[in-house]
Amino acid sequence: MPRNAQHARPHPTQQPPKSKDVEKQHWPLWEIFIRSRQGLSHRHVGSLHAADAEMAIENARDVYTRRQEGVSIWAVPASEITASSPDEKDVLFDPADDKVYRHPTFYDLPDEVKNM
Amino acid sequence: MENPLCPSSVLSAFPDVFLKRMEMDLLQRFEAYVASEKKIEPKDWMPDAYRKTLIRQISQHAHSEIVGMLPEGNWISRAPSLKRKAILMAKVQDEAGHGLYLYSACETLGVQRDDTIADLHSGKAKYSSIFNYPTLTWADMGAVGWLVDGAAIMNQVPLCKCSYGPYARAMVRVCKEESFHQRQGFQIMMTLAQGTEDQKAMAQDALNRWWWPSIMMFGPPDDNSPNSAQSMAWNIKRFSNDELRQKFIDLTVPQAELIGLTIPDADLKWNEETGHYEHGPIDWAEFNRVIAGHGPCNKERLAARNKAWDDGAWVREAAGAHAEKRAARKAASNTAAA
Repeated sequence: MPRNAQHARPHPTQQPPKSKDVEKQHWPLWEIFIRSRQGLSHRHVGSLHAADAEMAIENARDVYTRRQEGVSIWAVPASEITASSPDEKDVLFDPADDKVYRHPTFYDLPDEVKNM
Repeated sequence: MENPLCPSSVLSAFPDVFLKRMEMDLLQRFEAYVASEKKIEPKDWMPDAYRKTLIRQISQHAHSEIVGMLPEGNWISRAPSLKRKAILMAKVQDEAGHGLYLYSACETLGVQRDDTIADLHSGKAKYSSIFNYPTLTWADMGAVGWLVDGAAIMNQVPLCKCSYGPYARAMVRVCKEESFHQRQGFQIMMTLAQGTEDQKAMAQDALNRWWWPSIMMFGPPDDNSPNSAQSMAWNIKRFSNDELRQKFIDLTVPQAELIGLTIPDADLKWNEETGHYEHGPIDWAEFNRVIAGHGPCNKERLAARNKAWDDGAWVREAAGAHAEKRAARKAASNTAAA
């Protein structure tokens, strides 16, 4: 909510009565990412609605960082996120299953080698 | 969303029996998956009934947080000290936050936020019936924090492991914040109970009024809880209503004794054999009355929410106009720069 909003307030008699349906605005949905401290990456914490990006950041501050949870906020329009589909899970991730040699534990070392 | 590997044009070519079998197969796989403690995420396939159950439960939960701000908001301006006032404001603000985490989780199931909120305002959606009781004295702030938030925590801790990822994650956040709520409530009660005779009486009176509604918060008894079995099978619910209620009573009775207050239940007694307290009969007729809309404050709560929404119309409108203006200005300066 813009903090100077009171100044723009019309007199109550100037408010035409509105039905709730007409008034629905469906403000865009923003996905919120928070960096909890310097040195760590931003992490998804949830979403919220806001009229624009600035308001999304202000709302995210109030909703997701009331207890020093963050030092930086990213607000991303949910509609701009491209996600892989659960149906593609196998196609995308199965190929990694049989490549155990990508992990260091695959390799046997002689006991004499202490640190590698 | 349409599955590109199986578009509806292809599906419609299959006989219904075959489709039914495909769905049964998906359902079986889903149930086995959930039973193995794995999590469901928003875009995964889920049975319609699972989605519906979650939408109902999460939205009710969100509404409860939002309506729950009202009985406590009632005392912000009359808190006995600046410290108590700051704490109460932080708590009420947390409840707003909890409502928003939950609305956000609910939205991942494909509902629109404004529609969910409209259902609250029209009276179509329910919220926890506890918030239809009035907060008459400052001691009620203590009783609400200690008992109502205490019962809520008891309900919510198992939900941190619920099978639906976004709900479980929201619950983790909520539970972390909620334990401050319960402690601050207990501290209010403790301070009053150690005060003058009048203060102690005020604390006891609050306990007398909030005890039964609090233990009703766990919902109807197990033999009369139609949705429980399915929710348990889907790992949405982990413990039965009666189990959670018993756990809450066992924890809370010694806390009341410690601060010298009496639980208003003449039949309450410790059972050495079972290691649990036995409680007197619960007035489920009252519970059903309040749920049906005839509690002391049902009308007042809904009216307050509707008024808040209506009074905020100009703010939403102004914010929308401001956003448009800002976007236009930005576009203009981009054009000028190009």
